[in-house]
Amino acid sequence: MNAQYLSGFPLKLEGDPVPMVSFKKVTKSYGSLVVLDSLDLDIAEGEMVTIIGPSGSGKTTVLRMLMTLETINGGVIYVDGEPLTHMPSGNELVPANNRHLRRMRSKIGMCFQHFNLFPHMTALENCMEGPVHVLGLSKKEARERAEELLAMVGMADKRDQHPSRLSGGQQQRVAIARAMAMRPKVMLFDEVTSALDPEVIGEVTNVIRKLVAEHHLTMLMVTHQMGFAKDISDRVCFFYGGRIEEQGTPEELFGNPKRERTQQFLSAVKEAI
Amino acid sequence: MFDWRWDFTWEILPRLLAATGNTLLAAGLGYAIAVVLGLAFALAQRTPYRSVTVVVREAIEFIRSTPLVLQIFFVFYVGPQFGIRLSPWTAGMIAIGLHYAAYLSEVYRGGLESVPKGQWEAATSLNLSTARTYFRVIIPQALPPSLAGMGNYLVGIFKDTPMLSVIGVAELMHTANAIGSETYRFLEPYTLVGVIFLLISLPTAAGIRLFETWVRRKLGMV
Repeated sequence: MNAQYLSGFPLKLEGDPVPMVSFKKVTKSYGSLVVLDSLDLDIAEGEMVTIIGPSGSGKTTVLRMLMTLETINGGVIYVDGEPLTHMPSGNELVPANNRHLRRMRSKIGMCFQHFNLFPHMTALENCMEGPVHVLGLSKKEARERAEELLAMVGMADKRDQHPSRLSGGQQQRVAIARAMAMRPKVMLFDEVTSALDPEVIGEVTNVIRKLVAEHHLTMLMVTHQMGFAKDISDRVCFFYGGRIEEQGTPEELFGNPKRERTQQFLSAVKEAI
Repeated sequence: MFDWRWDFTWEILPRLLAATGNTLLAAGLGYAIAVVLGLAFALAQRTPYRSVTVVVREAIEFIRSTPLVLQIFFVFYVGPQFGIRLSPWTAGMIAIGLHYAAYLSEVYRGGLESVPKGQWEAATSLNLSTARTYFRVIIPQALPPSLAGMGNYLVGIFKDTPMLSVIGVAELMHTANAIGSETYRFLEPYTLVGVIFLLISLPTAAGIRLFETWVRRKLGMV
């Protein structure tokens, strides 16, 4: 994965409180195209952070790197104080082995734009696969947990349906239940409403609202739903050209954006609506 | 001109039917080897170890680029020079199994590549192990698109079993040849062989299509 050995980065984050997620000088590029340019971003435990920005600004890459779906070219990501794709060896950080990666991944859950449910499994089976085969729960425990979560997302009556029989909004709600069944500390939502018909967006955003209200989860969300972002975020980051151009509370960012690019983006988005 | 003898036909039919059992056995065994080995070939080409990938890739290309009958001769007649003495059956099963494994691995490869990238990502996000990801998530989805190709090669291997007659496996063709050289009558034995092949191939092909639909339904993918 990351071939480089790093020194000069802490082996473990200390202090109180330690951020749940911390990007330190994280760089990502594809060839000569720099997607993320020395990103520094801390997310506190229980914080809900939304990333907005034009396409190609690197916002989805941030989530994908956290889920270890993308490698990083420079810097270190810490989750719960520990390096994510590196591990300590002596006094330096070396690329993580599979065991370390899997341990770290267990802290993170993700929901995708296109749901990515397993089409050959029912809603319930989708939610039980990880708990049984990764967490080692008994079938009975996993089933209870899955049923509880499917009820929470309002999908209890569809638990024996395969994804092909469900609407987009229903599939996304199952996907949220599936990710939650792994009891992650950090949840990532990658444009979870972008592939949905307008009339079903509400059923998904309502589930996320419920998660925010009822669970002490750290969440990182990429969305184009500005109203939704404004309602539920603790902090909004505006990405531009692989950097955080501006960040602040929803009131600050949406009500009184200071940077010109932020203003341009927000007014363009407003026009589109 | 057209001298078809029914009494002779009835006389040789039991012998040919007995040989059909051997033909089915050869096709079945050869296919079983090919199905498993082909999957191993397909998966081996996806390992991160480049040397493994290259060796398997080249072996598959080699097998696909040379005639089956040559491979059968090679295993049976050249093997003993290296101290590997095999019975006609064993040599035949190895040759035909390997041959079709090479073709089936390409079918599997296509099937595996047809599974959307998002499925891998979902499996990673749920922290599933690589083995679990393959056997529970990816392969079940790669199967339906592979079934048509797998079915073609099942019929194909069945129709290629006569090649085993060249090393003396007593299957249908071998028996028909034997009858011909004993009686100097070839019309009835060869015609019967053709009819028997047809009567088995056609329903098999239809059965495969039904099986394909059944699998898709079973996996909830229709």
